[in-house]
Amino acid sequence: MESELREILEEIRPDINFDAETQLIDGGILDSFDIVTLVAEINARLDIAIPAEELIPENFNSAEALLELLERLDEE
Amino acid sequence: MSFASVTFFVFLGILIILYYALPHKIQWVLLLVASYVFYLFAGWKYLPFLVFTTISTYLGTNYISRNAEASKAYLEREKDHLSKEDKKAYRAQAKKRSRIAMILVLVVNIAILFFCKALLVDPFLSLAKGNTSLSFLTLGLPMGMSFYMFQSLGYLIDVYRDKAKALKNPFKLALFVSFFPQLVQGPISQFTELEESLFSEHAFDRKQIAFGLQRMLWGFFKKMVVADRIAVAVQALQGEEYRGFAFFILMIFFAIQLYADFSGGIDIAIGIAQVLGVKLPENFNRPYFSRNIADFWRRWHITLFQWMKRYIFYPISVSKPMLNLSLKGRKKFGRFGMRIPVYIGTFLTWMGTGIWHGFHWHFILWGFLNCIFIVVSEELTPAYEKFHSRVSFSNKKGYDIFQIIRTFLLMNLIQITDLFPRLSEYFGKVASLTYVFNFHILWDGTMTKLGLTGTDYIILLCGVVLMFAVSMIQRKGSVREQMLKIPCVIRYGILFIMIFAVILLGSYGIGYDASAFIYNQF
Repeated sequence: MESELREILEEIRPDINFDAETQLIDGGILDSFDIVTLVAEINARLDIAIPAEELIPENFNSAEALLELLERLDEE
Repeated sequence: MSFASVTFFVFLGILIILYYALPHKIQWVLLLVASYVFYLFAGWKYLPFLVFTTISTYLGTNYISRNAEASKAYLEREKDHLSKEDKKAYRAQAKKRSRIAMILVLVVNIAILFFCKALLVDPFLSLAKGNTSLSFLTLGLPMGMSFYMFQSLGYLIDVYRDKAKALKNPFKLALFVSFFPQLVQGPISQFTELEESLFSEHAFDRKQIAFGLQRMLWGFFKKMVVADRIAVAVQALQGEEYRGFAFFILMIFFAIQLYADFSGGIDIAIGIAQVLGVKLPENFNRPYFSRNIADFWRRWHITLFQWMKRYIFYPISVSKPMLNLSLKGRKKFGRFGMRIPVYIGTFLTWMGTGIWHGFHWHFILWGFLNCIFIVVSEELTPAYEKFHSRVSFSNKKGYDIFQIIRTFLLMNLIQITDLFPRLSEYFGKVASLTYVFNFHILWDGTMTKLGLTGTDYIILLCGVVLMFAVSMIQRKGSVREQMLKIPCVIRYGILFIMIFAVILLGSYGIGYDASAFIYNQF
C-alpha cells in the first residue's frame, strides 16, 4: 500500500518531496482540488473510500499521516 | 444595537466591568445574558428564530451523541457474541439513525433560512408574487441568521462525524450559537476552535484587553472613515450615465468600500471578543495581495469558504456517486475525466454560495464567474508552470505585481455584480470599458459631483495608504506586537490620532446608519 500511495502522490504532485513535507495542508501546499483528486485516485487504485469527515488537515499533512488513515480505513 | 453607537459602548463597558469583577466561573453565563440582551435590541421578533435553531441543534446533537454511546456500549457488551459482519451491520444501523436525526435538523433549519431569505429579504419580490402579507414582510431577515445558522449546522455535522462532543448544557450551546460579537456578520467559528476560550475562565489581562481595543479602533477607522465615506461616491457612480472609465473607478471604489466595510466589521468583532478573552478565527488575510482567484478565496471571508469546503464541497466531491463517476470518467477521458467530481463539486458549491447571497440572477452570475475562473486557473496551472520554467522573467518581482494587479481587477469585475441586479446593465457597463475612454472625468469636475469634496478625497487617500501600509507591516507579523517595540510616546500618539480620526473624520451624515454593514444583509 505504501509504495502505491507514494506513486499516486508523485503522479498528482511531482514537484513535492513527500518524504520531507509535514505541512502539506497547513502550509498550503496541497489545495482542495489536489485532495479530491487524491481521494478519487486512491479509490480507483487502492479501493479505499475516504469519507468527507476524514478530509481534515491532520490526515493529509504528511504522506505518513495519510498512510495511517488508509490503514485504519482498510481495517474497518 | 449598532457597534458604532453610544448604547453599545455603555453596554460593552458594563459587561467588561462585570465580566472581570464577578467570579470568573460565571463569565460564560454573563456572555450568554449579554448576547441575548444584544439580540433583543435588534428586535424581540427575531428571537424565536435564534431559540429554535438553538433548541433543534441541542436536541439533534444530544440524540446523535446518546445514540452513538448506546451503540458503542452495546457492541462492547456483546463483543464476544457478535460476528464481524453483525458488528458492522449494527454500526451502520446506528449511524443511519444519527444521519436521519442530523438531516432532519439540517433540513428544517435550512428551510427556515431559505424561507426567510426568499420572502423577507426582498419585500418587493414577495409583494410582486402576492403570496404574503405586508405586516409579516416588515420583519426583515433576522439579524445574523446566516451566520449563527452556519455555526450551529457546522457543529451538528461535526457531532455526527464524531469530531465534536455534544454539549449537555443547553445554555452553553445557546452561548455558542449566539455569542454577540459574531452575530452581526461573522466570523463563523468551528465549535472545536471556539470551545476552550468561550467557556474557560479569563483573568484580567491588560495586554489582551489593550490589543482588543486597538483592533476595534482599527475596525472603526476602516468602517467609518473609509467605507462609509466612499459609499457616497459608490452610490452616485452607479448611475446610468457613468460608463467606461467612470465604471472602472466605480470598481476600484467598490473594492475599497467592500474590504474596508467587511474587514472593518470583522476587526471590531474579533477585537470585542479579544477584550473578553475569547479568540475568534481570522476572516481576512490581505486578500488584495492574492496571485489568483483560488488564492483570493483562501484569503477573503476565510471562515465562510472553509465552511463551504468542509460541509458542501468535500461531501459532494468524495461521495460514492462522484467517485463512481470519476472511475468511469477516468476510463473514457483520462486525467480530465477523473477530475469530474472536482468540477461538479466546485460548480455546486459556488452556485450554492451565490444563491445564499440572495435569490437574484446577479448573485448566480457571481457564483458562476468565480467557479469558471477558479477551474480554468487550476487547469492551466501545469501550463503556467511549464511557461514559468522556460521564461526567466517569471521569477521577478514585476511578475508578482502583475499577478496581484490582474487578480485584483478580475475580482473587481466579479464583486461589482453585487451592485447590478439587472444583468444587462452589468454587461453593458463592462462592455463600455472597451469603447468609452472618458479619462477626462478625472479633471473636468465630475469627481466632485459624486458627493465627495476635495477634503474627502484626501482623507480617503490617507485611509487607503494607511490600510496598504498596515497590510505591508502585517507580512512581518502582528502589527500590534510590532507597535509595542516603538517608544510609548509615539505609540500613544498614533492611537490618539486614530481615535480622533474616527471621532472627527468618521462619516456621520443625515440618515447615517453605522450599523448597516454591507455583509449584515446576508
